[in-house]
Amino acid sequence: MAKKILIADDEPNIVISLEFLLKREGYDVVVAHNGAEALEQVRVERPDLAILDVMMPARNGFEVCQDLRQDPEFRDLRIMMLTAKGRDTEVSKGLALGADVYMTKPFSTRELLAKVKALLERA
Amino acid sequence: MSSRAKLIAAAAVACLYLLAVLLAAGFVLGSGLEGEERALFSAMLDRRLGVLLMIALFACVFLFLMLRAAHEFLVLMPARAAEEARAMLEEPATRLTVQGSSELQALIVAVNRVAEQHHDLDETIEARIRIANASAEADRNRFAVLMSELAQGVIVCNPDGLVLLYNRRARALFAGSSGQGMAALGLGRSIYGLFDRHLIAYALENIDVRRRNHRHFVTATESGRLLRVLVAPIPEAGAGAAGGAEAGAAHGISGYMTMIEDMTEAFDSESTRDQMLQELTESSRGPVGNLRAAAETLHDYADMSAEDHRRFLGVVRAEAEGLADRIEAAARKYAAVLKARWPLEEMLGSDLLVAARHRIAGRHSVEVSLEDVDPGTWIKVDGFSLLQALTYFAGRLHDEYQIRDLSLRLTRDGEMAQIDLIWSGVFMSTETVMTWELDPMTVAGESTPLTVRDVVARNGAEVWFQRDHASYRAYFRFLLPAVSGQAETAPAAIAAMVDSRPEFYDFDLFKAEDTGLALDDRLLAQLAYTVFDTETTGLEPSAGDEIIQIGAVRIVNRRLLSHETYEQLIDPQRSLPAQSVKIHGITAEMLAGQPPIAKVLPVFRAFVADTVLVAHNAAFDMRFLELKEASTGIRFDRPVLDTFLLSAVLFPNQESHRLEAIAARLGVSVLGRHTAVGDAIVTAEVFLKMLPLMQERGIRTLGEAREASEKTYHARIRY
Repeated sequence: MAKKILIADDEPNIVISLEFLLKREGYDVVVAHNGAEALEQVRVERPDLAILDVMMPARNGFEVCQDLRQDPEFRDLRIMMLTAKGRDTEVSKGLALGADVYMTKPFSTRELLAKVKALLERA
Repeated sequence: MSSRAKLIAAAAVACLYLLAVLLAAGFVLGSGLEGEERALFSAMLDRRLGVLLMIALFACVFLFLMLRAAHEFLVLMPARAAEEARAMLEEPATRLTVQGSSELQALIVAVNRVAEQHHDLDETIEARIRIANASAEADRNRFAVLMSELAQGVIVCNPDGLVLLYNRRARALFAGSSGQGMAALGLGRSIYGLFDRHLIAYALENIDVRRRNHRHFVTATESGRLLRVLVAPIPEAGAGAAGGAEAGAAHGISGYMTMIEDMTEAFDSESTRDQMLQELTESSRGPVGNLRAAAETLHDYADMSAEDHRRFLGVVRAEAEGLADRIEAAARKYAAVLKARWPLEEMLGSDLLVAARHRIAGRHSVEVSLEDVDPGTWIKVDGFSLLQALTYFAGRLHDEYQIRDLSLRLTRDGEMAQIDLIWSGVFMSTETVMTWELDPMTVAGESTPLTVRDVVARNGAEVWFQRDHASYRAYFRFLLPAVSGQAETAPAAIAAMVDSRPEFYDFDLFKAEDTGLALDDRLLAQLAYTVFDTETTGLEPSAGDEIIQIGAVRIVNRRLLSHETYEQLIDPQRSLPAQSVKIHGITAEMLAGQPPIAKVLPVFRAFVADTVLVAHNAAFDMRFLELKEASTGIRFDRPVLDTFLLSAVLFPNQESHRLEAIAARLGVSVLGRHTAVGDAIVTAEVFLKMLPLMQERGIRTLGEAREASEKTYHARIRY
């Protein structure tokens, strides 16, 4: 059965690429456009991996990540965070809040796919 | 016994002795005679008795005259010489009269010579002192001018933090730092009113005096300006030579200096740049991320449907456009920041040309000669941007037309100065050089977002390209505003500064130390005073009259600090009687919007802190302040001196002790009466004239002055 991935980002121009890439790699993809919607989708769709943008309206990526990590129900959920802010302090914060991988924009799509693959194989 | 009495006694003794001798002779002659002989002798004696008596009398007179002459010669003359010698001690210019015996004369001549030598020595010493003082004064003046010209604020303190010197810049930095109308910075005030005591203590503790190093700290003023403060100790005189001094931080300093820079603007423009840089990188990450993802997908999945392909191209295009706009906006903003940092300064045109010549030679290896440089032309420019523009033009001439021979010319044309960058042999089209003016300047790989047009606009100048066919030469001409008469105005400006200098420093305060004496026991001359005056709505504070203006001025070390004044109008929150307006000229309109007394008194109390209050008819002003104590909680408990009472002490027989009358008596000119500050200044000048008069009457301390004031009849007047 194909692994399911949630993409949560409010910028359609990156969602286009991510959705296309992941589908081509054979994953099931669901999309959320803000933080609240992302939480909702995680509960409904039960994805294996959530790709969260940090800067999102209605609950940012950090908050979503923190919420999910506090819920033992989603213990097995992998979380990848994407951000346009490249500061070391933010990377540390994301990892401290429970993200498995933290990627800074602009990223290489191949590297992203490799990381997605590695994360999902670990599960 | 006086010398005259001695003389008379001596004469009397001599006469008696003479008489006794004569009587004895007569007795010896008479006692040996018998009968007839005796009768004959007594007949002879009878006949000649008168003559004999005359002879005796003459002998007495002669004796007396002899004695007197001897007395004059041997007693009076040395006595007079002694008197003259004593007088000479008081009045060194006088000399002893040469008189008396040759021995006395020799002595007097010798004394006179000693006096002469002593006098010469005194004069030499005095002359040396005068010269030393003059040169010290000149040094101080130079120092003061230097200080006032510094772009940084400077404050010098004694070890207790008492301000001995400050410059204009420091004054400007702290102007109004403690609220309305006053400055916390003043001679004899504590620097701890400006900076936290701990900041300075910490800086001083960490300074090794012997190594003469210094410390910085950054602090903020009440008005929110960001200051960078350098603290440097001032070693005690001779401390540098005494190398073996202890290493302790506070040892061997006679004070310290702080240099203050206002970082606010630098910080602002720096933080604007930081912010821009961050904005640019962070805001670019998202779009570039989108762009990259789309581009890589397009590249890696070439087999995608036409519909997908079109969508991805759309993303690439939209993101690329967005990025371009963003970068343009940032560049414009950056240019604005750069422009804001460039102040225009007056400089000698020839200096600019010399600098341009070096810069062009350094950047482009092009030799530049100077021709017709007017040595006296001053220009007001942002020198750096103008240099950039000249170097940029030289670079393009060199790079695009291989022009290696350039010259610079500076001429004066009325109110304008012309700087020409000249070359020969090659003419280019006007269109070509127009584009040069509009391109961002790039000089030897360094680029700036500014164009020559920007530089010209910034400098209030014009630039054009001109051909001179006759001489086969062409040039760029920069037309710049010249400064008229810079060289002439400079000395006058310095002279004006020297005139206004004295009130910015008082090095005598270096010696000022806490004497540990109670205030009442301290000398009047050494105290700091706030002389103040109020204008009011009327004369009856207990019947609702209110203060509408307070003016004050400070006296430190017997000097009136007219730069350190306090003046504040106050909204009395009641009507203003027409008759009072006639006196003080303050109208209701002037008071509209002024703070109420409750807001003013805390500031005024801070202004008078640690000083003795002085006012004319102080009881009146103090009564107004006392009546406000209940509602404001502000208590003025500093000691008070009243020039009205002091006048009564000094001139008990005068009828009038009105301020004008005292001022006239003491030769103080009265200007601008009935403004609070004007009256305060007159009162202060009167008070300063009174200080020596009080000393003559044995009133030396504050306590003595207060006691004398209270004793006068007028002290019984109470409002």
